[in-house]
Amino acid sequence: MKHTVVAWMEDRPGVLTRVASLFRRRGFNIESLAVGHSETPGISRMTFVVDGDERMVDQAVKQLEKQIDVTRVEDVTDKPVVVRELALVRVQTTTQTRAEIMQIVDIYRAQIVDVALDSLIIQAVGTEDRVDSLLELLNHYGIREMVRTGRVAITRGRATLQSAPANGTVVKRNGRKMGI
Amino acid sequence: MERTGAQIVWETILKEGIDVVFGYPGGAILPTYDAMPAYPIRHVLVRHEQAAAHMAEGWARATGKVGVCIATSGPGATNLVTGLANAMMDSIPVVAITGQVATSLLGGDAFQETDVTGVTLPITKYNYLITDINDLPEAMAEAFYIARTGRPGPVLVDICKDVQTAKIDWHYPEKLTRPGLVKPLRQEANAVAAATELINGASRPLILAGHGVQMGGAQAELVELAERAQIPVVTTLLGLGVIPEQHPLSLGMGGMHGEAATNHAVQECDVLIAVGMRFDDRITGRLDRFAPKAKVIHFELDPSEVGKNVRPTVTVLGDCKQTLGEVLPGIQPRTHEEWLATVRGWQDTTYASDIANQEVDELIPPFVMRQLWHATQGDCLVVTDVGQHQMWEAQYFTHMRPGQLLTSGGLGTMGFGLPAAIGAKMGKPEEIVWAIVGDGGFQMTLQELATIVQEKVAVKIGIINNGFLGMVRQWQQLFYEKRYAGTPMLSPDYMKLAEAYGIPSERVTKNEDVAPAIQRANAYDGPYLVEFRVKEEVNVYPMVAPGAAVGDMIRRPGPAIVQGYSGVQPSW
Repeated sequence: MKHTVVAWMEDRPGVLTRVASLFRRRGFNIESLAVGHSETPGISRMTFVVDGDERMVDQAVKQLEKQIDVTRVEDVTDKPVVVRELALVRVQTTTQTRAEIMQIVDIYRAQIVDVALDSLIIQAVGTEDRVDSLLELLNHYGIREMVRTGRVAITRGRATLQSAPANGTVVKRNGRKMGI
Repeated sequence: MERTGAQIVWETILKEGIDVVFGYPGGAILPTYDAMPAYPIRHVLVRHEQAAAHMAEGWARATGKVGVCIATSGPGATNLVTGLANAMMDSIPVVAITGQVATSLLGGDAFQETDVTGVTLPITKYNYLITDINDLPEAMAEAFYIARTGRPGPVLVDICKDVQTAKIDWHYPEKLTRPGLVKPLRQEANAVAAATELINGASRPLILAGHGVQMGGAQAELVELAERAQIPVVTTLLGLGVIPEQHPLSLGMGGMHGEAATNHAVQECDVLIAVGMRFDDRITGRLDRFAPKAKVIHFELDPSEVGKNVRPTVTVLGDCKQTLGEVLPGIQPRTHEEWLATVRGWQDTTYASDIANQEVDELIPPFVMRQLWHATQGDCLVVTDVGQHQMWEAQYFTHMRPGQLLTSGGLGTMGFGLPAAIGAKMGKPEEIVWAIVGDGGFQMTLQELATIVQEKVAVKIGIINNGFLGMVRQWQQLFYEKRYAGTPMLSPDYMKLAEAYGIPSERVTKNEDVAPAIQRANAYDGPYLVEFRVKEEVNVYPMVAPGAAVGDMIRRPGPAIVQGYSGVQPSW
């Protein structure tokens, strides 16, 4: 089963290598990985999708949590979350197909961000399923180039998922504190 | 106070209460060495950096403090790798300081430049590349904190040469502020209660105790739990001694070379109380047939070890001294007469079939281990290398206290024995320290004989020389139809070798000479080497073949091989 996991980590040199090395060594199947700034300066937020059984996902979370650079890890698969992915696609066009493609883009609430004589660049934002289905349609016209960001996730409603405070004081969550 | 980077390194080491470091100088670490004589720190010059790491491990295991090793860039640092990997597997607190080329040269394939943080990334708990003097004070303080806190492990600090000479206004960082240094445990709310209930309701309980009990200092709690509810105790290799092996409830080491009675107990128990151990394949055998009748309670500090190999029914996270202490008040006294009688029955059967009427006609390694125990009254530290002799030590030396055996468990590092014994002896000079090594492992790091002499370390060396890489040969005999490819091994004349280094030595070939030789070594005020020329082609039994269930043991073939288990040792 695919799990969406969010991890917060200090923005330090080598932190991505560390995480990538861990995933490789332990044989975790990582489907996608997106990383960028979080709301806390100095803390990056990573969303990744791991495909595996309970044991693999549990290990991925725990092994990641053990890293010194990592401040927090949450498996958000069963939580109410907004999940999005962004894709940029260059589609081949002719005068005959352009209007048709623009209609499809409209239906999917995607955007055309660049136009050339024989192609369009389309920006699509949505769940992976939605992006997949748009791409399937566009493929019919000929996709010349494509880039996808991978999944990012944030919890819905009032529940916030924040990085652990960066000042070193640790919130005690249902249990005692431990050194790593 | 204005300090150079080099001075900050030494000041931090002093602040940690460490007075010995093991190292080897070179170009990129020279500024740090240059600053060293101003500090009351003893530097032990090794003959190969691998030995520096192993000595730091031996010292750390013997003292409970963080061991420090130091090396230069490039080959100096890469030679530390085996030791760091060993410390990672066996959770030994070690800080490695390595020099790195100057920041201006970094990344340009400069002379003796290696990406050391890259190389050691998966085999250290954490590592640092310091390119800015302002990062050094925190990094040094954190390195020691990380190495010794939680589940201990190795930390490497790679310091560019120009950072070692740069100056800043330094003060020791009393508070560490990085958010990832302390993490909350996701403890189940009723973990302690659930564990207590399971233990109280067990009819065939068994404790499986590991290295974590020793590191957590939880021996007293463990023994109290065992005694109050009359629960027999099996240990891992690194857990030997956490319960005195002469204790009536001690069953000794389990697993691949565990006694038959011990492994039967594991397979038949209904509640397995695992404390401070990680279900290594050497203890579980075939995983899906391990302890098939048992519900497992796992007391563990490192959450990532829980459910990794064995999925427990109840998990109690945290320092086992604390968690066992929380469980103890709820434990009801029990006698478990029926269960203990069954276990004793297995022990008696093993004794009758395998130990009684055994003769020791030739010099065999188990006899040497037994005599070592007799000659020291069990009061010494034994540091082994890896292989058959290591297993025989585990089986035949009756460990009476935690930390009495120092050995390479998880990584199985040949060459560990001699340097680790040097480190242990320097950490505990009042103890008799025996390095028990095979002819294979000894020849991997025997260059450290010079270190022993130069530093006047009174370590006793016992070489179990059987002319083979014994454990590999045993596997070839059992699983590769006796095709001894690459295992027959020539040794130098060890007495001449010892003489060349100025170390007194003797060679033992007969049973009756074993005890006197060990006594002479013990009585001698200085290092001493004894070569035991033992019978070749002796196997370690029992043995669980790789891939077999832990209850399916290859038993000893006949009376030629002598065997015993803790508590019921042979008469010799």
